[in-house]
Amino acid sequence: MLSIKNIHANVEGKEILKGINLDIKPGEVHAIMGPNGSGKSTLASVLAGREEYEVTEGEVLFSGKDLLELSIEDRAREGLFLAFQYPVEIPGVSTTNFIKAAVNEKRKYQGLEPLDAVAFLKMMKEKMAMVEIGQSLLSRSINEGFSGGEKKRNEIFQMAMLEPKLAILDETDSGLDIDALRIVANGINKLRTPDRSILLITHYQRLLDYIQPDYVHVLYKGRIVKSGTKELALELEEKGYDFITESIDQSANV
Amino acid sequence: MKEDLNLLEQAAQNDYKYGFVTNIDTDTIPKGLSEAVIELISKKKNEPEWMLKWRLKAYAHWLKMEEPTWPNVKYPPINYQDIIYYAAPKKKEQLNSLDEVDPELLRTFEKLGISLDEQKRLSGVAVDVVMDSVSIATSFKEQLSEIGVIFCSISEAIQQHPDLVKKYLGSVVPMTDNYFSALNSAVFTDGSFCYIPKGVRCPMELSTYFRINAENSGQFERTLIIAEDESYVSYLEGCTAPMRDENQLHAAVVELVAMEKAEIKYSTVQNWYPGDKNGQGGIYNFVTKRGICAGNHSKISWTQVETGSAITWKYPSVILKGDYSIGEFYSVAFTNHHQQADTGTKMIHLGKNTRSRIVAKGISAGQSNNSYRGLVRASKQATNARNYSQCDSLLLGDQCGAHTFPYIEVKNKTAIVEHEATTSKIGEDQLFYCRQRGIDAEAAVALIVNGFAKEVMNQLPMEFAIEAQKLLAISMEGSVG
Ligand SMILES: Nc1ncnc2c1ncn2[C@@H]1O[C@H](COP(=O)(O)OP(=O)(O)OP(=O)(O)O)[C@@H](O)[C@H]1O
Ligand SMILES: [Mg+2]
Repeated sequence: MLSIKNIHANVEGKEILKGINLDIKPGEVHAIMGPNGSGKSTLASVLAGREEYEVTEGEVLFSGKDLLELSIEDRAREGLFLAFQYPVEIPGVSTTNFIKAAVNEKRKYQGLEPLDAVAFLKMMKEKMAMVEIGQSLLSRSINEGFSGGEKKRNEIFQMAMLEPKLAILDETDSGLDIDALRIVANGINKLRTPDRSILLITHYQRLLDYIQPDYVHVLYKGRIVKSGTKELALELEEKGYDFITESIDQSANV
Repeated sequence: MKEDLNLLEQAAQNDYKYGFVTNIDTDTIPKGLSEAVIELISKKKNEPEWMLKWRLKAYAHWLKMEEPTWPNVKYPPINYQDIIYYAAPKKKEQLNSLDEVDPELLRTFEKLGISLDEQKRLSGVAVDVVMDSVSIATSFKEQLSEIGVIFCSISEAIQQHPDLVKKYLGSVVPMTDNYFSALNSAVFTDGSFCYIPKGVRCPMELSTYFRINAENSGQFERTLIIAEDESYVSYLEGCTAPMRDENQLHAAVVELVAMEKAEIKYSTVQNWYPGDKNGQGGIYNFVTKRGICAGNHSKISWTQVETGSAITWKYPSVILKGDYSIGEFYSVAFTNHHQQADTGTKMIHLGKNTRSRIVAKGISAGQSNNSYRGLVRASKQATNARNYSQCDSLLLGDQCGAHTFPYIEVKNKTAIVEHEATTSKIGEDQLFYCRQRGIDAEAAVALIVNGFAKEVMNQLPMEFAIEAQKLLAISMEGSVG
């Protein structure tokens, strides 16, 4: 599904990602953890194609295609979805219209006719139930005045609507109360299928109680410094990052 | 919308069957303006003596006036002696097929979803006459006349309803009002006339589409709409299809009169030729539009979507004379490339408890300049007058300009005037968010701009709104850097 090889990336001339390697197979859920500023969102942005991030080295294959060659929108249409850490507000554009445009752009790319109003509505209803999101939110301008939790829920709803091959969820759990976390996690679990891969960026074991990852990676200073199974997350929860980062910083100082 | 376009298409094909067009020669008078030229215009239109006198009086005023220089627009001096003031409707140059039409124009048609036949008509290709067309336009007219609504060209009204024209023409926009209104008063060639009798709610949107002569009245258009007590009318002006016109100077005058408890809703989509990407060519659109809420509890509402013209100079205004009357102005002005727009409104509060609301959205792209200019005046007698103004500017790129010139004059202590203004740019974050969802940059900008303009678009009648949205998207093409 996704194969990242030795990716280096700069922002404003400063190297943030310093050689990332990661392989994700269809149906797998990978969690990426790591302290603030370690480069998690940067990795997500690089994969999505954000232009401020300059890839200086390495390659990424996505479903056999050279991902870095594709435009932002084509990556999305190929099935790469990013749930934003900070979803963006667009005044005046209703959430429904926004998602409809997105769904139909993807269909166009796939050579399909746009969904008519009836079919679209049917799909909306289905997915709304799946991620437990209300109608009233969807008729409002996208993300405008949404609470933190509502924004995150709306991201997962869009994921449900766009049915991506690979979903990168950047701290979708942050800012959610206990009930919302359960609802969002349930939604994500329902979207877990044998051919859909998920990359979960999170700080908290809590989310991983709900969504059991196949692998857990620790990103630190632009590198994946440790990988393991879900037990690694439990260990991190218990001991903090220090037990990993200290030894790395020490060996760096030597 | 499709149905709408069909109707439009059919109605428009009647160009040569109705009204004054058939009565006059297909000649053109020489360039230039003089008393003799005005006499000739009046004679060609077979006008009564009072009309000619009125025109000559306007001309005499115009001679003493000076072209305004206060708008925030720049253009080379206009040579008024180099303009042809009367050209009888002539058939457009006939092309044999769409292959001969400017491909860029065809692409625009396609995006607007205009039918092939309509494309041909608009670009001057010969079309087969649709059998039904006559009956549709006729039944439309009959339906209106049954309820007493008069809807015809102003030339026809001068002949058939001289008392109404004499009473109201120039009553809202005096011929001396400004340079261009004086010029228009002297030389106007045609336009629309609507009269809605007392207590009648006009059952359909009156549209210039359906006015048979509409196509030929572009240059110095004159429109007069009168709504008697407790009547209602919604009037649509313009066409979302691109209108290429040889005439560079357009100076229209529109007058609205709303009597007690009457309501007039006037919607415009202006899409005149804006000139090319380098600022060559394009229409100068210098329009005077004004309505008077003459009766108590009356209401006038202007909605405009302006995307065309090289230069726009236009301030649809409302005089709130009746107590409890309401004036509204909703505007979207989009400028691209080298276009210049100086537009806004005037709300003149004279009556007690009058209210006005201004929502102006300016969108600038390219190297264009977009100015909002608005006056809110509450006179001494305007007890409890209220105004709320909101002016928002959206900039696409960093070579364009947005300016706001609000003028507020309040002479009554109980009046409350509120003004809010914002300027924003389309954010990189917004674009990235859209593109990550598969919406390309151009579509994303269109989406964001339409969102920005939504409050105004919502005021337009449904079909018109859909077309206006597409039009905005088309006008924006190539403005994403
Ligand atoms: N656009 C940018 N301009 C300048 N620096 C940036 C930019 N984006 C990221 N950085 C820097 O890159 C580093 C990694 O940031 P990133 O957002 O990827 O961290 P993160 O692991 O997602 O952190 P958090 O857990 O706080 O979300 C930080 O030092 C950040 O300041
Ligand atoms: Mg982050």
